[in-house]
Amino acid sequence: MSGAVTAEGIGQPVRRKEDFRFITGNGHYTDDIARARQTWAYFLRSPHAHARIKSIDTSVAEAAPGVVAIFTGRHVADDGLGGLICGWTVTSKDGTPMKVGPHPILALDTVRYVGDHVAMVVAETLADARAAAELIDVDYEALPAAVALSTCQDEKTAQVHAEAPRNTCFEWELGNKAETEAAFAKADRVVKLDLTNNRLIPNAMEPRAAIGEYDKGSGIYTLHTTSQNPHVARLVLSAFVGVAPEHKLRVVAPDVGGGFGSKIFIYAEETACVWAAAKVGRPIKWTGDRSEAFLSDAHGRDHLSHAELALDKDGKFLGLRVKTVANLGAYLSTFSASVPTYLYGTLLSGQYDLPAIYVEVDGVYTHTAPVDAYRGAGRPEATYLVERIVETAARETGIDPAELRRRNYIRTFPHQTPVIMNYDAGDYEASLEAAMEAIDYKGFAARKSEAASRGKLRGIGMSSYIEACGLAPSAAVGSLGAGVGLWESAEVRVNPTGNIEVLTGSHSHGQGHETTFAQLVASRLGVPLDNVEIVHGDTDRVQFGMGTYGSRSGAVGMSAIVRALDKIEAKAKKIAAHLMEAAVEDIVFENGTFTVQGTDKSLAWAELSLAAYTAHGFPSADIEPGLKEGAFYDPTNFTFPAGCHICEVEIDPDTGITRIVKFVAVDDFGTVINPMIVEGQVHGGIAQGIGQALLEHGVYDPESGQLVTGSYMDYCMPRADDLPNFTLGFTKTVCPSNPLGMKGCGEAGAIASPPAIINAVTDALGIRDIEMPATPARVWEALQSAAPRAAAE
Amino acid sequence: MSVVAMTVNGKPASADVEPRTLLVQFIREQLGLTGTHVGCDTSQCGACVVHVDGRAVKSCTMLAAQAEGAEVLTIEGLAANGDLHPVQKAFREHHGLQCGFCTPGMIMTAVDLIRRKPELDEETVRDELEGNICRCTGYHNIVKAILAASQEMR
Repeated sequence: MSGAVTAEGIGQPVRRKEDFRFITGNGHYTDDIARARQTWAYFLRSPHAHARIKSIDTSVAEAAPGVVAIFTGRHVADDGLGGLICGWTVTSKDGTPMKVGPHPILALDTVRYVGDHVAMVVAETLADARAAAELIDVDYEALPAAVALSTCQDEKTAQVHAEAPRNTCFEWELGNKAETEAAFAKADRVVKLDLTNNRLIPNAMEPRAAIGEYDKGSGIYTLHTTSQNPHVARLVLSAFVGVAPEHKLRVVAPDVGGGFGSKIFIYAEETACVWAAAKVGRPIKWTGDRSEAFLSDAHGRDHLSHAELALDKDGKFLGLRVKTVANLGAYLSTFSASVPTYLYGTLLSGQYDLPAIYVEVDGVYTHTAPVDAYRGAGRPEATYLVERIVETAARETGIDPAELRRRNYIRTFPHQTPVIMNYDAGDYEASLEAAMEAIDYKGFAARKSEAASRGKLRGIGMSSYIEACGLAPSAAVGSLGAGVGLWESAEVRVNPTGNIEVLTGSHSHGQGHETTFAQLVASRLGVPLDNVEIVHGDTDRVQFGMGTYGSRSGAVGMSAIVRALDKIEAKAKKIAAHLMEAAVEDIVFENGTFTVQGTDKSLAWAELSLAAYTAHGFPSADIEPGLKEGAFYDPTNFTFPAGCHICEVEIDPDTGITRIVKFVAVDDFGTVINPMIVEGQVHGGIAQGIGQALLEHGVYDPESGQLVTGSYMDYCMPRADDLPNFTLGFTKTVCPSNPLGMKGCGEAGAIASPPAIINAVTDALGIRDIEMPATPARVWEALQSAAPRAAAE
Repeated sequence: MSVVAMTVNGKPASADVEPRTLLVQFIREQLGLTGTHVGCDTSQCGACVVHVDGRAVKSCTMLAAQAEGAEVLTIEGLAANGDLHPVQKAFREHHGLQCGFCTPGMIMTAVDLIRRKPELDEETVRDELEGNICRCTGYHNIVKAILAASQEMR
């Protein structure tokens, strides 16, 4: 790489550039935008989990005050619009492609979950639209629904899609079955565990919203929307749905209030708004309310698994076999098929040298909201399974949980697992030791007996996690079924006055890219941080990019910026050489100044920038005017953040309330650009993991398919008094596959923490398993029904 | 329709609105002060907290008409003289925000909390934030920011 990246700025806890607008109320979220002559959309949603639409009569509603237009699935179909797509194809073990049911923008003749989109009312005000929607007469024939994951593949269960018998979308496998069977045949011990990974509802605090517009003069559509990846939205809406040609569609994702995966996907509402804007000739705005978010945002997790771990007499792991049923919901969301397969099965080796693994995953349809990526996406499910069964093995063999992990850690790199992944670097014992030190693991027994003297139950649990992040190598994901490449783009524009705009295909919705990306650029070019502006989220301003998810923006997005900066520096040196009448090889660029080696000739960054644009006397054959370079960066491997989280809980046996007394996270993220922001990412991830382990559960009534947890009154979001302070630590092995050595930090907390917590809760209770979320009711019931291990001993 | 008049961020504000108009709708849609956010529909999340006559109120829980004649302070008015409020400064200094959506409500709640309870400890802060949901930060740095601001303001 020409011109090494300096350490200046990198590694510093720089306060965020974006904060000023947010703390003063000057952010611009989609719902904050108002367009002249804008109308409002409201979506009439299905009250049934499964029903046939016999007829829809909109005549009364159309005459209601303020109504501009009403659209149903018939209008959409007549206009020749395609349905929503899943961008990842999974192949079943018999070689057949996954069975895809249609996913219409607005339901045509069948509704498949409570909240499914039946009609869009466009009116002068939201109140008018909402009132008119109630006047639409839909004649439904209610049908039995497939709701429970455990029975949805039964012959007699209702079918979600005719294309998928037994509601089975795919029966996928990974690993080596014969080798795994052989490993089990020679095992001294087999540990078995049935696990539920509870359904979660993402709940970014900003509900989804959209404003669709159409300019008749130019034929250009504009969609402002709450998206993590506006270019991908534009691509899907143009190439697959057919709203408008790609060059006639602008998608803007302004300030976005959290995503956690749920805003990756292309949904019916924004699609309908931008499509219908041309029909009504006015802008159409839709802002989801929280109830709609609960019903129709893609949910996360929702697995039932059976796992078996084979060990030899010394506790060395010989093999792992897993059978999982994964809920996909009623329709395949944008990336849903990849989550319980390639983002899950590939991580089942954990941090361990596991010679044989075989996993089977059935992806199944149910009459519930679509399920797709939610913070961690597949990797939390894999980590939960591995770390729960390893903990169970430790208890059954009587080997200390830390010791059992130590005996099985991978210690040499690169390490090829039996499930595709090639781990490039790591030191798992280092994070384990640091975490044990931080939580005073040795002192636990004393704390446990002290708690017992107060009538409380103490437990400790750990989780040694690994994740595959920096979702990238295009060749790798392409070979696994992805319909897209997963590189990232960047463009660095140096203005004549020397300040810099960086256009990135990544999208920030809380991650602080405006600061970290600027730190990288400022330190490399030797300019003040304030002279660097990070531009993202607008397909008219930024070149095609893949967006932000899978902890990829640092490892992939920033690497693209590094590549563009390499080109900027190369060209700038050429200009400097010309201006100072020296050879390019003699130009040294340091701290924002170009000098000719061995002379006192120098040129400041601002002088060079201006000269690049005045271009007086440039040899036109050799040097073009201007200073602007772009890069598309595609890494050679995934990145592998890893670490160890340890949780200590205290349970009140009278109430079943679990209190987290200490939570320690030690993570290896490789190079860290801004530790303050990275710590914040870990905090938020752990909070979501604690939510999954103790509080949150998306529940449908198993008969009616009604969402029982449809508001903050029923769905238990983690609040400040549910959570402890977190103790964080970092270890570092540099990632060899990208120029900065970064691994990614966005999902680690949500991936690592649930098994640590449940290992601690089951340790405290002296039981084998408890289903997440371990609510006070479940803990209390467990205490009543199980003879606590401590009492039995 | 009826005319509702109040003082918002020190300036007179009035509009002819439907009687059912919520205070948060009046603030966002009539006055264009979009710093106050709506994150739920059950008065749980606290993204819409403003001050009405000096007290923190969820502006989705109140009709605009109920604020007739009141002094309303929104996030936009907190640093009206150009200087950031110590709570605003502390949120930035301690990284108490990520996506920024819950932030205005958090800050307005915190300002009221520090006014009511100048001697804060961590447990009290966590308890008092019961009505404000953040999905990004795990509250760790929000709590830290509020404690730091309360120290600063003593």
